[in-house]
Amino acid sequence: MRFFNLTAIMAAVAFATAAGPVRADERIEVVATFTILADLVRNVGGDRVEMTTLVGPNADTHVYTPSPSDARKVAAARLIVLNGLGLEGWLGRLVKSSGGAAQSVIASEGITPLKPSHDDHDDHEHGHDHGHAHGDVDPHAWQSLSNVKRYVENIRRALAEADPAGAETYRANAERYATRLDALDQEIRSTVARIPEDRRKVISTHEAFDYFAKAYGIRFVAPQGVSTDSEPSARDVAAIIRQIKKEKIPAVFLENISDPRLIERIAAETGARIGGTLYSDSLTDEKGEAPTYIDMVKHNIRTIADALN
Amino acid sequence: MIYDVLVGPFLEFEFMRRAWIGVLALALSGAPIGVFLMLRRMSLVGDAMAHAILPGAAIGFLISGLNLFAMTFGGLIAGFVVAALSGLVARNTELKEDASLATFYLVSLALGVTIVSMRGTNIDLLHVLFGNILALDNRTLMVIAFNATITLLVLAIIYRPLVIECVDPVFLRTVSRAGAPTHLAFMALVVINLVNGFHALGTLLAVGLMILPAGIARFWSRDITGMIAIAVFAAALSGYAGLVLSFHAGMPSGPAIILVAALLYIASVLFGSAGGLLRQWFPGRHLEA
Repeated sequence: MRFFNLTAIMAAVAFATAAGPVRADERIEVVATFTILADLVRNVGGDRVEMTTLVGPNADTHVYTPSPSDARKVAAARLIVLNGLGLEGWLGRLVKSSGGAAQSVIASEGITPLKPSHDDHDDHEHGHDHGHAHGDVDPHAWQSLSNVKRYVENIRRALAEADPAGAETYRANAERYATRLDALDQEIRSTVARIPEDRRKVISTHEAFDYFAKAYGIRFVAPQGVSTDSEPSARDVAAIIRQIKKEKIPAVFLENISDPRLIERIAAETGARIGGTLYSDSLTDEKGEAPTYIDMVKHNIRTIADALN
Repeated sequence: MIYDVLVGPFLEFEFMRRAWIGVLALALSGAPIGVFLMLRRMSLVGDAMAHAILPGAAIGFLISGLNLFAMTFGGLIAGFVVAALSGLVARNTELKEDASLATFYLVSLALGVTIVSMRGTNIDLLHVLFGNILALDNRTLMVIAFNATITLLVLAIIYRPLVIECVDPVFLRTVSRAGAPTHLAFMALVVINLVNGFHALGTLLAVGLMILPAGIARFWSRDITGMIAIAVFAAALSGYAGLVLSFHAGMPSGPAIILVAALLYIASVLFGSAGGLLRQWFPGRHLEA
């Protein structure tokens, strides 16, 4: 810990003396904890913010272990944007140990949190024993667009406070982005409306889609009695197959079962269709299918609709 | 009732039937190989080789994704390279074969882990390498059956020199030059069966269905044909019982199969008719001709 502190402080000092005054255009340094927030901040802040993301594309925010260079980034930041709802359990210590004086804003402030419906946290998508520190609320609030509008508003306010000169820009950007979110929301609703009502359910181990499910009326059925470690037992597989047959679930999104052949087996034996990849916790990089938040949501709804229609 | 427990799962679920077929193929080819490994005191070599094939499979995966043939092929190559290199060093230097094999397989394993961890964050390659007996699709079954067929054919061809080399390598050297090619062919078979095993049981347990049945068979028969037959039977039985156990008790199937084999092994150590402990402690009446 001591070493960590020292590096952080040294790095912070070095950074402050070296990089601080050179910057001609007064861009403000903002740190976002993960890619989805970073994308939102970028949309609101535009050119006026210098973005840094702690947990990069495709990485898992729940189990992130900060590195000394993260402490440096945090120390140098003017504003830290975090999701809250217990997602970034590791951030508090990082902020303290970095010794920076950044403001932080909790993007999810003001939304109505859901309780996690999956009690059994062992069956998170990758099946590791995560030591999930979710506590009693579900942090994946960004899967509902009305929540994200709230996020955007919170981010806009925080940016305006940190950089009053840009307040007008931020307001305009936020408004423009909110319009796009509204359009996307409409698109999702009309897409869901085209899916026959009795087919609006998938079996999924994703615990991240409760907000999505609630907002748009697609049921995410959790496979029962499955605690998927590295290897599911024959009983687990049999249980999933029986359940899919019984509830006549048209599509499976079972990404925590990492062996695609097993999913194919399940699909072959039940007649259910295999859904593609759903992105829940993280954006992909530029070349991926979901480089921005809006792309991600579009990709998810298209994938779900393809599997159900 | 008993019918429901023992046969029901296989009737209701196709994946159980496939798993059973897969295990049967593994038993047929792996168990004889295990017997020869045991007779040549190379049981641990199998384990070392199992680790040695990791980087090959990993590279196969990196190049062509979750492609069965690429991964099998990569594993085969890595296994052959390690087997050949360690043989080469052992033959030409002071270092004995076990030490050089240990070195090469550790290097290979380290390479494998490095390659695995260099591959992004989302897909855990180790899970992929942890084969799954419950997910045998047509292609995997074909590969396993193909490998098993090849194994049995080659074994039939090299059977005679192989047996002689097991019991009296010096004699073989005096009467024939088949020793070295036989050894190489046999090592190739070991690698093929390991690759087979990792499709079904994963790299860590691939050796299990080879070595444990051989150990079991050693306690029930003194001649090599009998041992092979018993080993195949023990492997098939462990596979079946392990699957049933996995189905009813919810244990992961790979470990369940190996644990059943371990139980059979313990029973054999105790009660085996050929050198089992009980037999030694309470020898029967000496039969006189």
